[in-house]
Amino acid sequence: MAQELQTTDRKVTSKLDGSERTRSRQVFVPRADIYETTDEVVLLVDMPGVASEGVDITLEKRTLAIRGYAADQQRENYRQIYAEYGAGDYERVFTLSEDIDRDGIEASQKDGVLRLVLPKAAPAKARKIELKTA
Amino acid sequence: MLLSDFGRIGFDPFLEMRRMQQEMNQRLGGLRTDAAQEFPPVNLWLGEDSVAVTAELPGIAPDDVDLTVRENTLTLKGERKAQDDASVWHRRERPNGRFSRTIQLPFRVDPEQVEARSANGLLEVELHRPEADRPRKIQIRG
Repeated sequence: MAQELQTTDRKVTSKLDGSERTRSRQVFVPRADIYETTDEVVLLVDMPGVASEGVDITLEKRTLAIRGYAADQQRENYRQIYAEYGAGDYERVFTLSEDIDRDGIEASQKDGVLRLVLPKAAPAKARKIELKTA
Repeated sequence: MLLSDFGRIGFDPFLEMRRMQQEMNQRLGGLRTDAAQEFPPVNLWLGEDSVAVTAELPGIAPDDVDLTVRENTLTLKGERKAQDDASVWHRRERPNGRFSRTIQLPFRVDPEQVEARSANGLLEVELHRPEADRPRKIQIRG
């Protein structure tokens, strides 16, 4: 058994908006699946250790930011002897390519997986653009 | 003596060196490749006469995990189901399919004394040493 403490690779320093976090914790990029069905886009994000109260989602224009705050995993009367994953928060930002119906977005967190359902907006009406004659 | 002298001028090179080392470790810690990463990733915790295994199992219901204990090994088995309603994939990073992982524990454990809990995709298994295997203090007679 490896004695050295090692953590997984998914660590990044937070640079979402060029600022630094006030909490000194590791920040991971969570693994995500994104798929499309005929009328919605579904995002599945792995954030183990994050309860539903710890999820923070913001959508600004086409930028979707997902943050998850995990509870501390220190254990009393135990010392860590081997580590393959680290405790920390999750952060990831996506740019959406589709037009999304903002009012119909649904989010749920179960077993450490965030599921975001983004319904596609009705196709924008075609608009004819008149050329102005000079 | 030395340290207090440095303290007076407001600069402790040893403290500074430790701080730099810590920063370096933090930065380089993220550079490992995940080629050998197994699923699920586990952490091991050692207590007095007990060991705790925690594993990241996001998206797997507690009932879908199979735990078996034998001598000094713990086996986690299960399956993560793939999404079947997808028509177009944009990103596919989350592993799915069947998994099985056997973890070697530092000592033999009592299969009768195992507690498993699960919350928010984190599984926690606490295993205890059998009574007979616990270290005993031996008195030396003078």
